[in-house]
Amino acid sequence: MNEQAAPVGGEPQMRRRVELVVNGQRRSAEIENRLLLVHFLRETLGLTGTHVGCDTTSCGACTVRLQGTPVKSCTMFAVQADGLAVTTVEGLAQGGKLNPVQEGFKEEHGLQCGFCTPGMMLVSAALLEENPNPTEEEIRFAISGNICRCTGYQNIVKAVQWAAQKTQSEQAATTVA
Amino acid sequence: MAVVEEKVTTWLGRSVKRKEDDRFLQGRGNYIEDIKLPGMLYMAILRSPYAHARILSIDTAAAMQVPGVVAVVTGADLVAHKLAWMPTLSGDTQAVLATDKVRMQGQEVACVIAEDVYTAHDALGLIDVDYEPLPVVTNPQQALAEGAPVIRDDKEGKTDNRIYHWEAGDQGATERAFAQADRVVSIGMHYPRCHPSPLECCGCVADVNPASGKVTIYMTSQAPHAHRTVFALVTGLPEQNIQIISPDLGGGFGNKVPIYPGYVVATAASLLIGRPVKWIEDRTGNLISTGFARDFYMDGELALRQDGKMLGLRVNMLSDQGYAYADAQPSKFKAGLFHVVTGSYDIPAAHVVTDGAYTNKAPGGVAYRCSFRVTEASFFIERLVQKAAYELGLDPAELRRLNFIQPEQFPYTSATGFVYDSGDYERALDLALEKVGYRELRQEQAKLRQEGKGKLLGIGLASFTEVVGAGPGRQFDILGIRMFDSAELRVHPTGKAILKLGVKSQGQGHETTFAQIVSNELGIPPQDVMVQEGDTDNTPYGLGTYASRSTPTGGAATAVVARELREKAKRIAAHLLEAAAEDLEWELGRFFVRGTPDRGVTIQDVAFAAYTNLPEGMQAGLEGVHYYDPPNMTYPFGSYVVVVDIDAGTGQWKVRRVVAVDDCGVRINPMIVEGQIMGGLTEGLGMAAMELITFDEEGNCIGSNFMDYLLPTSMETPHFDLFETVTPSPHHPIGCKGVGESATVGSPAAYVNAVIDALAPYEITNIDMPVTSDKVWEALRSKGVGA
Repeated sequence: MNEQAAPVGGEPQMRRRVELVVNGQRRSAEIENRLLLVHFLRETLGLTGTHVGCDTTSCGACTVRLQGTPVKSCTMFAVQADGLAVTTVEGLAQGGKLNPVQEGFKEEHGLQCGFCTPGMMLVSAALLEENPNPTEEEIRFAISGNICRCTGYQNIVKAVQWAAQKTQSEQAATTVA
Repeated sequence: MAVVEEKVTTWLGRSVKRKEDDRFLQGRGNYIEDIKLPGMLYMAILRSPYAHARILSIDTAAAMQVPGVVAVVTGADLVAHKLAWMPTLSGDTQAVLATDKVRMQGQEVACVIAEDVYTAHDALGLIDVDYEPLPVVTNPQQALAEGAPVIRDDKEGKTDNRIYHWEAGDQGATERAFAQADRVVSIGMHYPRCHPSPLECCGCVADVNPASGKVTIYMTSQAPHAHRTVFALVTGLPEQNIQIISPDLGGGFGNKVPIYPGYVVATAASLLIGRPVKWIEDRTGNLISTGFARDFYMDGELALRQDGKMLGLRVNMLSDQGYAYADAQPSKFKAGLFHVVTGSYDIPAAHVVTDGAYTNKAPGGVAYRCSFRVTEASFFIERLVQKAAYELGLDPAELRRLNFIQPEQFPYTSATGFVYDSGDYERALDLALEKVGYRELRQEQAKLRQEGKGKLLGIGLASFTEVVGAGPGRQFDILGIRMFDSAELRVHPTGKAILKLGVKSQGQGHETTFAQIVSNELGIPPQDVMVQEGDTDNTPYGLGTYASRSTPTGGAATAVVARELREKAKRIAAHLLEAAAEDLEWELGRFFVRGTPDRGVTIQDVAFAAYTNLPEGMQAGLEGVHYYDPPNMTYPFGSYVVVVDIDAGTGQWKVRRVVAVDDCGVRINPMIVEGQIMGGLTEGLGMAAMELITFDEEGNCIGSNFMDYLLPTSMETPHFDLFETVTPSPHHPIGCKGVGESATVGSPAAYVNAVIDALAPYEITNIDMPVTSDKVWEALRSKGVGA
């Protein structure tokens, strides 16, 4: 095996400084232009809750929310997110309190290996903000860009329904109060 | 009003919420790609574009010039270290990096190790390999034909592509049965190549400490202990210096059972460079090079009396193994447990003939969520039984009922030598038929057929029996290592416990289920029992998790070791209570003096005393280890009914209903069991309807990414209605049978039977999986139906 250190000389990669708001915090770094958003989150920022499953935008394990909209961070450059707000699974809980979607996934056994779960929960949270009381069909459509190999989706649907109900009953309680 | 807490008397059958969820829900899992070590380098693999070619030269000079590249490794480098080839789990050999030839598309040819993963990939493109293409073999029929190119010419004296010929059952008795038959029904089919495709690909971080010689390999392993032993054998490194740590796994389904070249090269590179090396497979690498599943060609016949009684079964199976025989399967069984093909039926005579052949395709043949080829066997018999029913003019449910092994026949020795532990097949089928409304569906079907408006309704049944939980060690071994499993249990002074296991969860919820087994035996609640797996330095030796064996083996070991601890605890309790041990009684979590229920001590009291206040002469501590060698396999079973609607004009089919009755013996955590079943029903739908790894005539893999290799999404996946019967395993300490794979084994036949049932009036008797709409449309059109 040839172990000598490589001499200097290849094409230098273009770099640029980006600044994003990630889970409410301003994060800035100088990065290669070609750095994928998922690698910026995982490697540059150390937020490893976002996963890579397929490299081709097919499975949704890398889903994050960009300005609130679910996107697949494996098929987007970090520089494209410059100046924008990103939410990852690490930003789902607020003030030490789990998001109802997180609670729902546990209550209804909506996860097994946990690899698709961050993406699934982010898509579900986005759905519930838009549509607080979705039908099963609407939930299935919303999560259809995210593949789960373990659960067969039925308990994920129930988890989202659980979260919808919890959110509504909390809101009702607040209104009464 | 006082709240009376219900007294817990058992932890079996309780849907305890999963302990492992909290970290996954917060993005705090620890998967292989999350592991980052100081000074870590990154490895990328260059793969062959050809399915079969001679390597004339490899030029790595330009790749080495890329800043940040630390090393480029080729097969020639590995030859010097005797690492160019490695053994497979079936005792064959597989190239680590190709030296003489490439024998499949996607074969590992060279690796770049660099300061970051982008640089490693940049350099891959600069490696210049000169190939001389060779004739390609893409199926086993070609492989065994006269004059076929010999794929494994690296093996001395190898002059053909045959790997094995293996038979089971009694040929003479089977011939006699066929001679007496009124009817012989035959079927032929290909169970196509598919892929387990866990959402997380494979990978490792190899960390060799140059000072101490310690080799720590974090890797995606379903069988870390077995892998440690194989690493020791392959590399010659002393086994005590090798530590395999299998972290959280993003699914496995059999894909993470074999050892892959990437693990070996990364470890060798770390050894030679003296820095940690990380390799994370990409999805294409995963699909084209790692353990595929199935690829069995099956032909067979069923001999029947006119009244429907089955007399004999004959099956010929030809297996496409790819360029290496690399199934992880018991060494005595060349085609895995395929010979369980008599299924749920009392068939007095059977003869199974199996052959395996090399082709220019990826090695594997791993069980994709099934116990050593049981899926193929179950699919075959369930498809054949349906065809036999049509030919005899019987309802498929009726023919099954006529031939089921009866409850009083257990333990039942099958014609191929399996000893079924327990079962009540008719009860499961009856429940499934009742829940689906079978009679009404048949009426609806008859009405639709009469109307003839192009709406087809199909009802498919499958009454499967699985065989899982290998050992017993006397019969089952992998590379000579007997298939037992183990549990080590330690109760701390404060009454909390740690349970260490030789098996390894990939999402099955072991941290909860196995804690419940301890809870059930000792009364320590699940939240107080930490379950540790996957670290070979810190868990007892075991063969790992696949073939639905964790609960049958590791779960049994857990129950037994906990009972052993309870025996010691009883003697300590006697000491504390100043009573004779024989006078003590046990209620969950507490010993008390017989006749004086108030005079007692809790398990927590006893645990504290085990470190502070012992009887004279007793060793301190409350811990033990048990290696469990099961006396027999377990035989989970069930009946599934699938209802489909087909549009005759387009061939499109949609699942209307799935009713699944599963009997896996005693259920420890019903929520987790149902999760396993629903996952299996979904993967079964994938195989039946869309999952396919196929090849063109040049050996190019079609199905090398998730745009071509289709997996069920939430849109295709139907709602499942689950029901249960409970027939405990008589030999398992808590009556469990294992369930992880039942639904993948049982359901493909139910889906396909449903489609074929709809098409039966048109004399369409088979469509090979995946049963896509275009195939259905073609089949209908060939019979003059539809557009």
